[in-house]
Amino acid sequence: MDEVDMELEKAFQSKIDAELKIEPKDWMPDAYRKTLVRQMSQHAHSEVVGMLPEGNWLTRAPSLKRKAILMAKIQDEGGHGLYLYSAAETLGVSRDEMYEQLHSGKAKYSSIFNYPTLNWADIGAIGWLVDGAAITNQIALCRCSYGPYARAMVKVCKEESFHQRQGYEIMMNMSNGTKEQKEMAQDAINRWWWPALMMFGPHDKNSDHTSQSMTWKIKRTSNDELRQRFVDATVPQADYLGLTVPDDKLAWNEETQSYDWGEIDWDEFRNVVAGNGLCNRERLQTRRDAHDGGKWVRDAALAYAEKQKKRMADKAA
Amino acid sequence: MNDNEILFEYLLRLGDNCAILGQRLAEWCGKAPVLEEELALMNVGLDLVGQARLLLDYAGKVEGAGRDEDQLAFFRDTQEWRNFLLIEQPNGDFAKTMARQMIFDCFQYLQFEALTASKDKTLSEIAAKSLKEITYHRRHSSNWVIRLGDGTDESHAKMQAAIDELWGFIPEMFDMDAVEDAMVAAGIGTDVSVLRARWDDMINSILTEATLQRPEDTWSVRGSREGKHSEHLGFLLAEMQFLPRAYPDAKW
Repeated sequence: MDEVDMELEKAFQSKIDAELKIEPKDWMPDAYRKTLVRQMSQHAHSEVVGMLPEGNWLTRAPSLKRKAILMAKIQDEGGHGLYLYSAAETLGVSRDEMYEQLHSGKAKYSSIFNYPTLNWADIGAIGWLVDGAAITNQIALCRCSYGPYARAMVKVCKEESFHQRQGYEIMMNMSNGTKEQKEMAQDAINRWWWPALMMFGPHDKNSDHTSQSMTWKIKRTSNDELRQRFVDATVPQADYLGLTVPDDKLAWNEETQSYDWGEIDWDEFRNVVAGNGLCNRERLQTRRDAHDGGKWVRDAALAYAEKQKKRMADKAA
Repeated sequence: MNDNEILFEYLLRLGDNCAILGQRLAEWCGKAPVLEEELALMNVGLDLVGQARLLLDYAGKVEGAGRDEDQLAFFRDTQEWRNFLLIEQPNGDFAKTMARQMIFDCFQYLQFEALTASKDKTLSEIAAKSLKEITYHRRHSSNWVIRLGDGTDESHAKMQAAIDELWGFIPEMFDMDAVEDAMVAAGIGTDVSVLRARWDDMINSILTEATLQRPEDTWSVRGSREGKHSEHLGFLLAEMQFLPRAYPDAKW
């Protein structure tokens, strides 16, 4: 690193230390830019891929009201995707490049969406647990040092908290419902609990990105701390539903005033992240098919816009 | 049929179009050609499901047999549905979905515009609320028909094929029968047969701008008013109605 860069980097870090936001036109270290592109595009991809497990039940939603709520939720998620792609574009990467990285498997998305939705309570569990875990992460990101990302998160968090409430409401209905509905609700928490905890990523001691991201204030709270926060908030909610959290080590700890709990199956975590979960291949293929299959539509829209531009120019001439 | 039965039947015709088309749009979830359209298709679908809820809820009340919107949506078999044949046609590619949508949006716009003057206050209010949404739907679908028609050779061919494929489903939408006549006479419904001329004007101008050929009127199919549907509707309903049918005692 030459002297100029060192000076710039020093100024950059002191700005961050002073809790000032970094804006798109500001100087930033390449690694900071790269980290943000990785994280924000991953976040955007998660919103888009996340539509698929919900879409799996959209056509089978059990009432018109539930269908309408789910459509509104999915629409929000598409909106978050758009918003996040735009925010990432401020860092000099195009949406097409980000898609390319997703479709080639180079970019990741939240692994949780590689699990299948097998019954209607899964839609409740996704809202309650998956969006709940996402909010826990995203509230911390509202104070992220990169301005466009922080601002995007403020907006996203508001909508996500509505999503979480509707998810919990589905779970309430199910766990107060018929015997079969209760079984579906329990089955859903059995399958989604651990993957939801995995959403916070590896233990701090094993996390490649944590320490630098904390210095840069992209990340403000560590994986393990956020995960614990989520467990402490969610276990009482499960109790209220009368559902059993699938962890026989789970116990209230008077001393720490929080829950002790078991250990994540890290082999499973790594396996799904590596692309070998039940739905990884299918999810990615669905996205590729939609993108490739839609090329003629995008080409047509572009061709039409060109024609219109030319017509306007001819008219003006 | 007594007056209530006629109104019930009429409301089903209006509401079923919305319910089935909303369901068809829901099938697009995660598969749209571009993210912006992912949002738009969900948005239009959501509006339609909302309209279906208002209309079927009202239908249930008019019927007075204790059926609510969900009983009507989830516990009727194919032959009890009153949506147009056009509406239940499979999505096909994006051109076909947009052609179907444009054909219906223009129709529904004119129909609901007229229904805002209905003597039935509930219906006129539903129509007025829906009309704002339909105005947007119509603009959205017409723009896509134009864009694809006047886009590339490939998109032009696909859009022309879609229009051709759906053309014979159109005449049914403008048919009058005893129920429609009775509703017009009561000042509740609107005479759809007189809407045809304005619909034609709208469609002609869209097709012209899209550089598409208006197909000859060489064929037409009918039957939805009597519950004679295409084979597609049964599968749509099997999917849509699965949960409430499998667990009839459950509340969701």
